[in-house]
Amino acid sequence: MTTLTDPPKESFRLSMLIYDTRYRSMTIQVVAMMGFMLLAAWLINNTLTNLATLGKPIDFGFFSEPASYDINQRLLEYDSRDSHLRASFVGLLNTLVVAVLGCITATVVGVLVGVLRLSPNWLVARLMTIYVEMFRNVPVLLWIVLVMAVLIESLPAPRAFRGEDPAATMSFFDSVAVTNRGVYVPEPLFSRSLGDISVFGEASLRFNISLDLILILIVLGASIFAIRWNSKRANAIQEATGDRPTTWHVNLGLLVVPTAVVLVALGFHLGYPALKGFNFQGGTHMRNSLIALWLALSLYTAAFIAEIVRGGILAISKGQTEAAGALGLRPNRIMSLVVLPQALRVIIPPLISNYLNLTKNSSLAIAVGYMDITGTLGGITMNQTGRELECVLLLMLVYLSISLLISAVMNWYNNKVKLVER
Amino acid sequence: MPSHYRETGPEADETAFIRVENQEEVNMKKSVILGALAVAGLAAGAAHAATVDDIKARGKLNCGVTTGLVGFAAPDAAGEWMGFDVGVCRAVAAAVLDDPTAVEFVPTTGKTRFTALASGEIDMLARNTTWTFSRDVDLKFTFVGVNYYDGQGFMVPRELGVSSAKDLDGATVCIQTGTTTELNLADFFRSNNISYEPVPIETNAEAQQQYLAGACDVFTTDASGLAATRATFEAPDDHVLLPEIISKEPLGPLVRHGDDEWGDIVRWTLNALITAEELGVTSANIGDMAAAAGNNPEVNRLLGTEGNLGEMLGLPADWAVKAISVAGNYGELFEKNIGENTPIGLARGLNAQWTDGGLIYSPPFR
Amino acid sequence: MTDTSFVRHEMLAEQAPPLTSVGVIGWLRANLFSNWWNSILTVLSLVFIVYILSGLIPWTFQSVWVADSLNECREIMIATWGDTHGHACWAVIRERWLQLTFGFYPSELYWRPILAFVLLIIAIGPVLFPGFPRQALYVTAAYPFLMPWLMWGGTIWGPLMVAAGFAIGYFAHRFIEPILGGLAALIIAVLAALIWWLVLSGPVAGALGGAIPIGIEPVESRQFGGFMLSIMIGVVAIGVSLPIGIVLALGRQSDLLIVKAICVGFIEFIRGVPLITLLFVASTLLNIFLPPGTNFDIILRVMIMVTLFAAAYMAEVIRGGLAALPKGQYEGADSLGLDYWQSQRLIIMPQALKISIPGIVSTFIGIFKDTVLVSIIGLLDPLGLSNAIRADAAWNGIYWELFAFIGAMFFIFCFGMSRYSMYLERRLRTDHR
Repeated sequence: MTTLTDPPKESFRLSMLIYDTRYRSMTIQVVAMMGFMLLAAWLINNTLTNLATLGKPIDFGFFSEPASYDINQRLLEYDSRDSHLRASFVGLLNTLVVAVLGCITATVVGVLVGVLRLSPNWLVARLMTIYVEMFRNVPVLLWIVLVMAVLIESLPAPRAFRGEDPAATMSFFDSVAVTNRGVYVPEPLFSRSLGDISVFGEASLRFNISLDLILILIVLGASIFAIRWNSKRANAIQEATGDRPTTWHVNLGLLVVPTAVVLVALGFHLGYPALKGFNFQGGTHMRNSLIALWLALSLYTAAFIAEIVRGGILAISKGQTEAAGALGLRPNRIMSLVVLPQALRVIIPPLISNYLNLTKNSSLAIAVGYMDITGTLGGITMNQTGRELECVLLLMLVYLSISLLISAVMNWYNNKVKLVER
Repeated sequence: MPSHYRETGPEADETAFIRVENQEEVNMKKSVILGALAVAGLAAGAAHAATVDDIKARGKLNCGVTTGLVGFAAPDAAGEWMGFDVGVCRAVAAAVLDDPTAVEFVPTTGKTRFTALASGEIDMLARNTTWTFSRDVDLKFTFVGVNYYDGQGFMVPRELGVSSAKDLDGATVCIQTGTTTELNLADFFRSNNISYEPVPIETNAEAQQQYLAGACDVFTTDASGLAATRATFEAPDDHVLLPEIISKEPLGPLVRHGDDEWGDIVRWTLNALITAEELGVTSANIGDMAAAAGNNPEVNRLLGTEGNLGEMLGLPADWAVKAISVAGNYGELFEKNIGENTPIGLARGLNAQWTDGGLIYSPPFR
Repeated sequence: MTDTSFVRHEMLAEQAPPLTSVGVIGWLRANLFSNWWNSILTVLSLVFIVYILSGLIPWTFQSVWVADSLNECREIMIATWGDTHGHACWAVIRERWLQLTFGFYPSELYWRPILAFVLLIIAIGPVLFPGFPRQALYVTAAYPFLMPWLMWGGTIWGPLMVAAGFAIGYFAHRFIEPILGGLAALIIAVLAALIWWLVLSGPVAGALGGAIPIGIEPVESRQFGGFMLSIMIGVVAIGVSLPIGIVLALGRQSDLLIVKAICVGFIEFIRGVPLITLLFVASTLLNIFLPPGTNFDIILRVMIMVTLFAAAYMAEVIRGGLAALPKGQYEGADSLGLDYWQSQRLIIMPQALKISIPGIVSTFIGIFKDTVLVSIIGLLDPLGLSNAIRADAAWNGIYWELFAFIGAMFFIFCFGMSRYSMYLERRLRTDHR
């Protein structure tokens, strides 16, 4: 009797791991994984052996020891008895400051230059081309050093402000002093201040938040909310009656009056910088190292952004502009309603990578002595403690986190812009 | 490569084995150059031989110096390194390899110098490095001696009318970062309860630029560096060095912990230079003095005409003769590179021989 | 009806266009003063240009070319113009330009880097320019072995042995493929080459070197410096990172989850950290990661790290090239029955790499510019050398001239390459539309 049987079950042979496409990818993956693990194990093993030989086991204890060095430009209070961790934190904030400032300025300058390169004005277009080519083709480190040298050499030293007939004077009604050490500007002071709240108590990551600032922000927020409500009301009336009530004076009042009241209540006044002793005292200041880094990074990145913007605008076909013109739109409306929204989609992805580059390039702060995270954690701390492995790994981790964060935010924004396309 | 090895001249037989091993390493290096990173794994097999054997096998001394400090180490137009620290390197190379030019100068920054030494990339570091407890004990280096007693000082423009560092309240201070100076500075101002604003700068040249432009009121670094820097100004007399010396900075060559034989060689080469000055042995008369034993037994021991000090170090008997012949004794090195007749114009001061009231003092050659 | 007619019977003679719309004036009106806004911009630009040039031209041309030190320069300036400001002292460049170009490379061996550079141009010629003689491809193939030999010197057997490794791998693949099939052959070929490199090549090269010592004077990489160092790092990094980048890009595109994860992780990690931290790794940590006793000198370590850095960027450039290929190309390759490697080798990569060349060139420009960062870890690239030169008592206090020279050299190199890249983009565009 013959019975129908299943086709003979193919027995598994070892060679199928290589020749059978069903298994092959599995094999490759396992081999790759094993190779990777072996490599990692090899590296870690080497590291541990070497560290043991050097007598420097991995240890982050040095972070709580006093840093013993001072930092000139900082957002937080800090002195040389604070810990290395605190110094790194101060440095991290400094990195973020220059990155944010740099990205904003680079975007503004970049868009401006990009548009001007397309200007019908022959001279301006040529000038912008020269700017772009000069900055793109010379290393950013050289620019940073160069801008620093220009600032140091061309601006007056504080001692030039001294004497009966000083060689330099303060600008803006004696309120701003531009020196080769930095720019001193008036600072806001509150004579009836509410004080600060201290976050994290005595920990290394502690920082103070000014209650005055919070109050002002709350009031401003409330004003803006009220203004929007007022505008909505006006819209509703316009829909219903066809007449739009004038809103600007109410809006202006809503914006200015509460804030002004709060400022007066807090006893707001400006603290002006004045030359005392060796330096300007009072006011707040931005050191030259920060300005040089900021300027150089912005100008360098702006040259790249200008090219991106130009490319983005050129990528929009001329038919779009002409069609918009045929619809009767004015040139500036064409730009803002038709060309830019489309160009933005071309512009944004490379823009993100330029922001990332700027942030990473800010690590060159070390060349001008701006104490960013590379200067503190990867610089003096590493040097004084001799903990290279811990410091460099942590430094990389910090930059990696910042980069991933920026990419994530910008990708989210990019996707938002993309959705409009549909 | 073989020609390269032949150049180093006849060596003791036991180094032949290492030479072969090194030959392999060199070939591996070639492969690495071409991108075969994995090759590194194989080099692991090469045992870490004694430093001095490595140097003899290599035929070159790897000596860490600064990337450039006037008078102490800087390359000239022909790429020749010159300076006081460079002189120490050359003396050691002459003692070990009988060739003062067999030195590979590795420029290091304040940041990279210790890792370069710890990792074995350089055999010794002669980069005006301050001998401190933590560098000695924690970073595990052996300071073999002091070739320059320094201290941190301040330089200010004369027009500021400052006469003491205590008057510097609120001043902006330029410091070279990555050195002990920034720690000393913080401690000094803190203990005197006065404020200051630090401007950290990577290189001496940039610090000088900022100081001259008035971007900082004060420039602080080792007093020798200040003097050297001031000497090159357009108008040196417009600047004064303040009397305060706020720290002790004994500068000296250093080697890794764990190879005492090599440490001894560097230590006693330095001591030989110092003793030579004390005993009046100079590059001019060393030829005569080394030719035959003289009346002074210590000179004889130093120059190898008597006793077997060289042998104890594992070097030829005339090792010190070679070291001293390169550029003379300690005093000659000093005068030639940083002394009063150079643009730098440093007085001997603390760095005079102990017989002249200074601190330069070598243990006896006995 | 009268015969009065308002129709003109003959053409009017052509009149010259108004003076304001032709010639110089017309051009000026159209391009510089078309409206009040443009006029303001033009005037501002002119003021700016005059301001810059009025400072720059006297500085550049009323300058001292022959002097032994900055002080001598200053004396000459005072003797000639009465002051030291606004005059360049180019004497420093005159004295040090060889050092800025070659670093500490022995001066009698300058022909070697120069020859290597000329050969480099010949080697990449066929890749970059369509009309280049195809015979140059032999130079291209030999260059990876020739260049290190020329630059580092030593026995010729080292590079030859490395080249032999590739030959062994190739022949192993040729002979085993018919017997065991593609993948096994590939694995065996790679293993054979590795075994040759790691175990056999050293002794064989040693033996051959002992028997037939052909070699040129060895030069330590520590003696590299100046622009030569920058170019070397750039060329080595780009050259070595190209194959790594291809592998990473393919890995990132692959369906194999683990392979993809590893590649993405590597690329994003490298691209997420600044080069300077990788250079810190090179200067302080690389020896710690490698087996005890391993010791490359710092320039090799820097080259390794910069290569890894370049590989991540290269991978992204090539991924862009792969993504730009129409899907039909992949499907076409599949329908021909080609397996993965065959289709990559014969269909995909040649096209993807061609599209990627502009991107590769800009990566090279970026890496080349980034090489100045090595001055921060104490290598004597042009910027590092400028510090060393300023530490010479003779030139202490000079900097604009050095910066200007270094900046100008970088500009010439990078501008030239970016122009080439643009030319290439234009050429490729016409190819594909």
